[in-house]
Amino acid sequence: MTLAQAAGGSPALNLGIFAVFVAITLVVVFRASRNTRTAADYYAAGRAFTGPQNGVAISGDYLSAASFLGIAGAIAINGYDGFLYSIGFLVAWLVALLLVAELLRNTGKYTMADVLSFRMRQRPVRTAAATSTLAVSFFYLLAQMAGAGGLVALLLDVEDKGGQAIVIAVVGLLMILYVLIGGMKGTTWVQIIKAVLLISGAAVMTLWVLGKFGLNLSTLLGEAVSRSGDGGDGLLGPGKRYGLSEASKLDFLSLSLALVLGTAGLPHILMRFYTVPTAKEARRSVVWAIWLIGIFYLFTLVLGYGAAALVGPEAIKTAPGGANSAAPLLAAELGGTLLLGFISAVAFATILAVVAGLTITASASFAHDIYANVIKRGAADDKAQEVRVARITAVVIGALSILGGILANGQNVAFLVALAFAVAASANLPTILYSLFWKRFNTRGALWSIYGGLASTVVLIVFSPVVSGKPVDETTGRSASMLQGVDFHWFPLDNPGIVSIPLSFLLGYLGTVLSRDKADEGKYAEMEVRSLTGAGAEKAVAH
Amino acid sequence: MSTTERAAESGPPGTATWAEVQADPRFRELRRRLRGFVFPMTALFLGWYLLYVLLADYAHEFMSMRVVGNITVGLVLGLLQFVSTFVITTLYVRYANRRLDPLADEIRGEIEGGGR
Repeated sequence: MTLAQAAGGSPALNLGIFAVFVAITLVVVFRASRNTRTAADYYAAGRAFTGPQNGVAISGDYLSAASFLGIAGAIAINGYDGFLYSIGFLVAWLVALLLVAELLRNTGKYTMADVLSFRMRQRPVRTAAATSTLAVSFFYLLAQMAGAGGLVALLLDVEDKGGQAIVIAVVGLLMILYVLIGGMKGTTWVQIIKAVLLISGAAVMTLWVLGKFGLNLSTLLGEAVSRSGDGGDGLLGPGKRYGLSEASKLDFLSLSLALVLGTAGLPHILMRFYTVPTAKEARRSVVWAIWLIGIFYLFTLVLGYGAAALVGPEAIKTAPGGANSAAPLLAAELGGTLLLGFISAVAFATILAVVAGLTITASASFAHDIYANVIKRGAADDKAQEVRVARITAVVIGALSILGGILANGQNVAFLVALAFAVAASANLPTILYSLFWKRFNTRGALWSIYGGLASTVVLIVFSPVVSGKPVDETTGRSASMLQGVDFHWFPLDNPGIVSIPLSFLLGYLGTVLSRDKADEGKYAEMEVRSLTGAGAEKAVAH
Repeated sequence: MSTTERAAESGPPGTATWAEVQADPRFRELRRRLRGFVFPMTALFLGWYLLYVLLADYAHEFMSMRVVGNITVGLVLGLLQFVSTFVITTLYVRYANRRLDPLADEIRGEIEGGGR
């Protein structure tokens, strides 16, 4: 039985609403493509979006299907411990607001590597920064594409693996189309449309749930507890998911660090700051994003407990898709087939928009950093050629992610999102902060912190319980690890952040002080003056 | 586009060098104001977040205490994380508008307008 049948929904209706979304966004993307000519158009939408527009687009980029379906489901099943994720995801934006967004906008052109390599030896640092950008984007992309398979099974009533593979391929092809035709501008509009649909859909459901309980949160919580039976009381306090052992407590602390420090190092988020004309607009973008994301997470709190109260944890756990089905089941409970169709289509649109944003970031990093600056040594004046390389790269990355998504379909790859955040927090953020604020920081320091953060994160994940060695569940006969039947883990935690983040800061420091290189004082003066005043910053393109 | 590319790749467009601007007392004041706000504020919100995470992680009984009805201490503290995030955002925007932007605009105007 599929969720659609379980909840009395109609796969045809879900698909129909999604098709309307695709049709509308394609028209918008085609219209946006008319002005996409130069590299600044393709990578940064001509830097012509306003702060509020970009803020909505950022929230569209950030609120992935994982945070909508995943957090609502986690709250419905594990109560308070699900809520903890959303707090880390939100507080993280203060790092971006206070320390990163404006300075980055003033200093760089298109990519994170622009800022990291600004006052260093170009080729090695750009290569390192691009490697880390591609790694984070690819982990994140793979998680989204693999999730698409599960979501299809859940919402569109496509059960067999072949049918799911076709749907994953269609999602990938649509995404490639958006990126090729619309560039950053088209992609941004897709994010904006999706964010408006997602946030307004969640708002309607939130008010509906609260209305059912006389606008009283306490009554809602009480109903969620009594519906959960024995141990339901645990929903209202922490510990249901992470309080089991000392290792799981430490694991939660490690995850919290990666969440709060990872956001400001996610390349696809950083790249969004280049789509506005000035640093002041970049600041307004973050302010809008913080309000929208914060309010959205408050909605998911109500939706999660609402699903526990109205649908019941047992019905959610046994539904196809498990915890991820909490929000769709709640939609069906409240508004029947039509609301379920709307929410399903929005969840699907969410995957499409997020993968488009990741693909354009990865393709820009390859074309601008690796091709134009490392291979052509910055001598390629032919910007049209650079954009052509970016488009080809987007097709290659799209094809790889379709393939990866099909192969990873059904695998337990939820850890990939946590891995992307851990790499962003370990390899990217320390290097960004040192570059912007520490005068002595030099090329060797940058290389050590990027490669050290990246390598330590990946190694610790490979030898962690998420890959091998979790105990076998007696009911399913499967281990919760990715690989079955082997155990080569020696790192006790699922999340490496608590080791890899301090390690990367330390390596950045040691690399710097142990190098005989002197930091380039002239370039540091230029970087500091430009980052703080905006002098010489890239201007918007006039059309 | 071409003018900004040039500005980005050579010295500043005006007569002063970047190092001279960096040594200017007004620029030092701008840097002092920025760092004087963002560094302590970052320490504050990261400390408050860490305190909250540690309480949620190791003080289950305290966090599960009821404040009113079914509202627990943990829920109130969690919602306060939202409130503090919104408050810090608003404070920073006000500070930047009043104390950072005018000075940055003045220095940038001189760099970009000077010598032309």
